[in-house]
Amino acid sequence: MTEHDNHAGLPVAARVRRLEERLIEAGLASDAEIDAFLTWLYRNAAPVNGARMAARAWTDPEYRALLLSDGNAAAAVLGFGPMSYQLRVVANSSSVHNVIVCTLCSCYPVALLGPSPGWYRSFAYRSRTVREPRAVLAEFGLVLAHDVPVSVWDSTSDARYMVLPARPAGTEELGADELAGLVTLNGLIGTALV
Amino acid sequence: MTLPVGTRVRVRPGDPDHHTRVPRYARGHVGAVVAVLGEWALPDDSVRGIQRPETCYAVRFPAAELWGSGDHTVTLDLWESYLDRA
Repeated sequence: MTEHDNHAGLPVAARVRRLEERLIEAGLASDAEIDAFLTWLYRNAAPVNGARMAARAWTDPEYRALLLSDGNAAAAVLGFGPMSYQLRVVANSSSVHNVIVCTLCSCYPVALLGPSPGWYRSFAYRSRTVREPRAVLAEFGLVLAHDVPVSVWDSTSDARYMVLPARPAGTEELGADELAGLVTLNGLIGTALV
Repeated sequence: MTLPVGTRVRVRPGDPDHHTRVPRYARGHVGAVVAVLGEWALPDDSVRGIQRPETCYAVRFPAAELWGSGDHTVTLDLWESYLDRA
């Protein structure tokens, strides 16, 4: 174990360690492999990846079409993946606002969004987002007009969802890096506009 | 048998005594297929070591159908074994 051992005293850490031991005993993984994977994950999996995909889609109609029809292929264009799940990207517009949740656990595309925030894994977010999304979004500071329909996506399968935020007005002069810099993790989950 | 997009489906009610990916809130409710996602192992079986690929669908429910109120929709992914034509 290396730097990801910071919470070694927590009960959940003991359970994780026991699981790791069982995997190692069964010959399915080694300590070094687990450490190497976690190191790779924390170095490479970050919301800047999803942000770059969103920014590219804002400026490149062909890429946008690919992103919405085959998310895995669109991720690969920018060097992300391969991913072990089907990436489905849902686009916000003036006629729909999308928001992602996983009521059963905490699924989302980690490679493109980074480790999930604590609130995404909370019982409150998971149970309330499917039931009263406008109230939940308002608590994030996002008050939607009543005539904008809200579409909630509950990740219950091998698919993972990401939101493509709408491009903000007044950003016509910005370059790719500046556009990507506007996109937040919450925007890619749908709990912020961008 | 693949259910085409637009098919109205009812989620099978009941509470299996094994792992499943049917959220409790959707059980017994009627929605519509909005996408055919692909064929993946049914989790109810794969947790028991049986790999049985089956078509999985994105199914959309109006909030009022699920909760009796609300103006949003909820779309979730459901394997064919979880569904009956409505």
